[in-house]
This record gives sequence, structure tokens and C-alpha cells, in this order.
Amino acid sequence: MNPLELCLLFSGLLFAVGLAGALARSNAILVLLGIELMLNSANLNFIAFWRYGPANAPATGVIFVIFSIAVTAAETAVGLALVIAIHRHQRGIRLQESTRLKG
Amino acid sequence: MNAILILTALGTIGTAIAAMAGRNLLHSVLLLALTWTGVAVFYLWAGAEFAAFAQVLVYVGAISMVVLFAVLLTRRSRDDAGSSPAAQGRALSAIIAAAAVAGVLLGAILCSPLATLPRPAPAVSVRQLGEELMGSYAPALLVVGVLLTVALIGAVVLAAGDRTGQPEDNP
Amino acid sequence: MNPTATVTDSFLERAPLLVRDAVTGFLPEPARWLANSLVTIIAVLAIFGLLFAFLTLAERKILGHVQNRPGPNRTGWFGLLQPFADGIKMLTKEDIVPRAADRLLHFLAPVTLLALSILTFAVIPYGRHLVPVELDSAVLYFFAAGAATELAIFMAGWASHNKYALLAAMRALAQLISYELPLLLSFVPVILATGTLSTTGIVAAQAGWKWHVVPHWIVFTPWGAAGFVIFMVSALAESNRSPFDLPEAESELIAGHLTEYSGFKYALFFMAEYFGMCALSGMAVTLFLGGWQAPLPVLEFIPSYVWFAAKLLTLLLGFIWIRATLPRLRIDQLTRLAWKFLVPLALVNLGTAAFWSLTSDWSVTLQLLRWAVALVLVAGPFVLLGRGLTAGLGPRTYRYA
Repeated sequence: MNPLELCLLFSGLLFAVGLAGALARSNAILVLLGIELMLNSANLNFIAFWRYGPANAPATGVIFVIFSIAVTAAETAVGLALVIAIHRHQRGIRLQESTRLKG
Repeated sequence: MNAILILTALGTIGTAIAAMAGRNLLHSVLLLALTWTGVAVFYLWAGAEFAAFAQVLVYVGAISMVVLFAVLLTRRSRDDAGSSPAAQGRALSAIIAAAAVAGVLLGAILCSPLATLPRPAPAVSVRQLGEELMGSYAPALLVVGVLLTVALIGAVVLAAGDRTGQPEDNP
Repeated sequence: MNPTATVTDSFLERAPLLVRDAVTGFLPEPARWLANSLVTIIAVLAIFGLLFAFLTLAERKILGHVQNRPGPNRTGWFGLLQPFADGIKMLTKEDIVPRAADRLLHFLAPVTLLALSILTFAVIPYGRHLVPVELDSAVLYFFAAGAATELAIFMAGWASHNKYALLAAMRALAQLISYELPLLLSFVPVILATGTLSTTGIVAAQAGWKWHVVPHWIVFTPWGAAGFVIFMVSALAESNRSPFDLPEAESELIAGHLTEYSGFKYALFFMAEYFGMCALSGMAVTLFLGGWQAPLPVLEFIPSYVWFAAKLLTLLLGFIWIRATLPRLRIDQLTRLAWKFLVPLALVNLGTAAFWSLTSDWSVTLQLLRWAVALVLVAGPFVLLGRGLTAGLGPRTYRYA
């Protein structure tokens, strides 16, 4: 099993763990953390292919990861601000209780 | 070399599982910070130093702070919601769904022709990264800058709520 | 220590490397690299540990003399054994952990803080051939390790299960996050001017003398001086030193996030704070003051690590002097200083540095214009922003006790 396959297995498993956490937990913050894990696993994929993939543009992989980290930071900030705003209205952040728009 | 990779991978996935499955929310956040450090160790192993230090600076140094502040500002009391039967059913179906996705991914990885020639890590100096960022990726950099500004202003407005202006004391 | 150094310098310069090679030179190659690294780590820890001990003593003596009292002078000659007496006291105190506290986090917080503070010592060039680890993105590594220490402060406040400690930890975090931004923005002009993130590269770019007298250090340019001042103010706040020591002041929330710590763990927190101070001063010397380089060509016979130590001690004594002189800032005053004063000033400084580096090839007469424009760009926002910060005097009110 070559190193590239090992790296991709690592990122695939991390993605699955993040997905399980995002689907299973009812606390909004833990769902956001699961999404963070999935984004991190995508970054791992980028670096794995940068290291072992075809060697044409050597800086592209790292630059992609830098942009991905920046965008993830912005998304986390907005997501957590939303969580704080929801908490202000319903005094708790369990997703099961956020049903005001339900028909 | 593979041994370090396997150890890092096991450690990172272990802390990720502990973070996602934990009862205590703050322990989950701190374990996730450890997971992010594990990912940074992987980047160092692969030779992407700049990405590793950026990962630690942004994720462990900044995003974990934001998450901790959000956790502390949204606590009701020190309750861990006990697992109701509905929650257990949902957790089980989530694990099954995630296992299915993992199975598809692993199948795809193991069945595709990923032959690699052994070669040293591509040497990217920071100067090269800077020249690319300011050269061919300059439009993307500007767009990300605008995106970050808009997102952070929006986050501040959302989190501050509709407080009527209260004059602050002068120093 | 750079293992591939080609030593062509004087004996004193090469002395540390000769000592290291004498100790480890007989080992075969892979074990030799390991032994060299261990020797480096032990040397750095020993030197900075002793520096920490005598810095606490120097602080108390200097504070004492500024306040017209002698400071510790009972233990040994002029109180020189005082740090060791304090160490023995801390070691023999009972280690109390509150019953409801989170034991694992309570234990891990000082350990993590100290480990991350020591990690930052790895990239500072202490002498001409004395960098423990040579990295291409050394400055980013330094500030990444520094940013991760904030997590340990939160762990300390949370694990104590004490609402005052938690409030103080959140206030300390707010202070650290606010001053992270001017700290990082203030050295971006240095990176712009030197074109590298490697600390040895930055020191090498400040080599040479203009007219054989004025060194090319970055602090001798207008934007460099402004950047140096912003960096030092932010470094004061990042290491929780007076006048920004609200997180650990005794009159505020007892001891802040350290309330529930006793004995050796308390000593570890203070060791981490002083190490942070030393590391930030070392980085300021590297980025702005030319690192290990001598200020005049005639003084180059003095070894490079002596110059580094002299500059480092000057900055540390400056820290102590500021502590003795200035009163403490409130939390709203210090966050206002960070966001409304230092950040815009650092951004304008970046513009000034860009102008400076674009006009570096102007003729001699236009150099005066260049200096004039740069000085206006540095002093103007300082005065204007400072005026907006003080907001005048309010009406005098009399309060009856």
C-alpha cells in the first residue's frame, strides 16, 4: 500500500468521523465542529496529492490549503455568531428545539 | 516513514472520535484542538511547513478561541443532556450513514490506480508562495480578503444583536 | 546549532560549537544529530532558566530601588540566592486542587503553557552560528506557537471551577486576542523589507553599515522605529506585563485565572510568562535590532552571542522599568488602545514601509524628501489617532464618600 493510499484513507476516515458527528449530535456547536473536521479532511487530501501527485505546479497545493483555511475561518465565525443569535431567542442551542419555522 | 504517518493518523482519528462522541462539550472542543494539531503534524510530515504553521495559527490559535467563547456564552447550566431513545436512534443511523460513506470512499481509494513514483517532497519556498499569491492568484486573494471582511462584519452584527446604543464611559 | 556551519571566525565565536563538537564528536552520524539536538535543548533550557531566575531577582531589586527601598538583600550577597530560595519554597508547598475542579485540565494547563513557550525559543538566532532550528518560515512558527498558548490560559481558568477565575480567563483571552493583531501587523513591514520569513535571513539582511557608522538595522528607519514601538507595546500586552497585567493583578479578581493554583504549578505559570517575555524580546532583537550584529565595525571583535545578550537584557530591563513606572490599564482602556490606536497605526506603518521600499533608489537629494514623507506618515496618524483616543476631560464631579 503506497503512502498516497494511506494518506487518502486517513482523510477518508476523518471525513467519516466528522460526518457522523455532524449528523448525530444535537448541539449546534458540535455540528459545526463536525463540519470543521470534514473541511480539514479535504485539506488533508490536497496536501496528500501535492506531496505524491504529478509535480507540475509546486505551489498550487499549499496555496489551495491556505485559501481553504481562510474561508473555513470565515465560515466558522459566521456559524458561531448564528449560534449565539439563536441562543438569545430560545435559551438553548439544541437543534431539536429550533422548530419555530416548522409548518 | 510510513510508521510516522500511521501513528499520526491513528492519533488524529482517535482524538476526533473522542471529540465527536464526548459528553462534555468543553472536552470535545479541546480534543478537537488536539485533532487540528495532529493534522498540522501530518502537514509537517508531508513537507508543507507553511501550511502546518498556518493551520496551528488559525485553527488552534484563533478558531478554537471563537468556539470556546461561543460555548461559554451559550451555556444554560452545567447540564449534559442525557441520551434519550430518540437521540440514540439518531446516533445509530448517523453512524451507519457515515460508515456507508466511509465504505464508498475506501472502496474508491483502494480500487483506483494510484501508482506513485518515490520522489522527495516538492520544495516550495515561502518566497515562491508569496510570488504566486501576488501573481497568478492575486484575484483570488482579493476575493478572499473581501469575503473575510464581509463575514466578520456580519458575524459581529449577528452576535451583537439589536442593542440600542448605550454611551460608554470616557477614559 | 546549524550543523553545516563553515567557521572562519574568531575563536570566541566558534567556542560554543567547539564545545558541542568536543562533547558529541565521537558519535556516529544518526546518533550524533540526536545528541547535538539534545545538547542544544539542554543549553537553551539551562541558560533561559538561569535568566528567568535572575530576572525575577533583578525585577524585585530594580522595582525596590525605584521605590526607594533595597529589594531582597537577605539571602546571600545582595540577595543573589533569593531565586533559589523562592524555588525551594514553591517546590515544598502543598499542591491544592479544588475538589470540583477538572483534574486533568488543571494539571495540563501549566504544562501546555510552558511547553508552548519553550517551543518558541527554537527559531531565535542567538549568535552567528547559533540557531537551534533553521526553518524557512521561522517567524510564522514563532507566532503560531505563541498563539496556541492562549488555549492553555483558557484551560487554567475553566479547570479551576471558580467563576471568578473563569471571568478573569475570558478577560485575559480578550486581551491576548486584541493584541495579537498589532503584534502580527507590526512585523509585516520587516518581512516586506527583507523578503524572507527565516530569522537568519532577516538578521543577514540587516548586515553592513552605512557610511561605516550607522548600521542597517530596521529600527533606524522611520517605519522601523514605529513598528518596533508597536511591537514592544503589543509584546507587553501579550506577556501580561504591566501596564497590561490586569489578568494577574492581585487587586483584580484575586489572581485571575491562576487563583486556584498553588506551589509549583504557580511557579510554572510565572516561568511561562517570563519565558514568553524573553522569547518576544529575542524576536524583537532579531526583527528590528539586527539580531547578533555589532553596532559599529570596530566592535566586531566582541562575539555575536554577547551582542545578542546585551540587546536582550536591554529590552528586558526596559520591560522592568515600564512596570515600575506606569499604572495599570483597565480592560476597556486596553482594548480601546489595541483596536482603535495600534491596529490603524500598524496598517499605516505598512503603507509607509511600502513607500520606503519603492523609493529606495532615489538620488541623494531626494532621500531627504523620502525621509520627510516617511516621518510625516509615521507621526501624523500617531498624533491624530492619539487625539481621538483621549476624548478630552469630562466635567469635574465630586463624590462624597
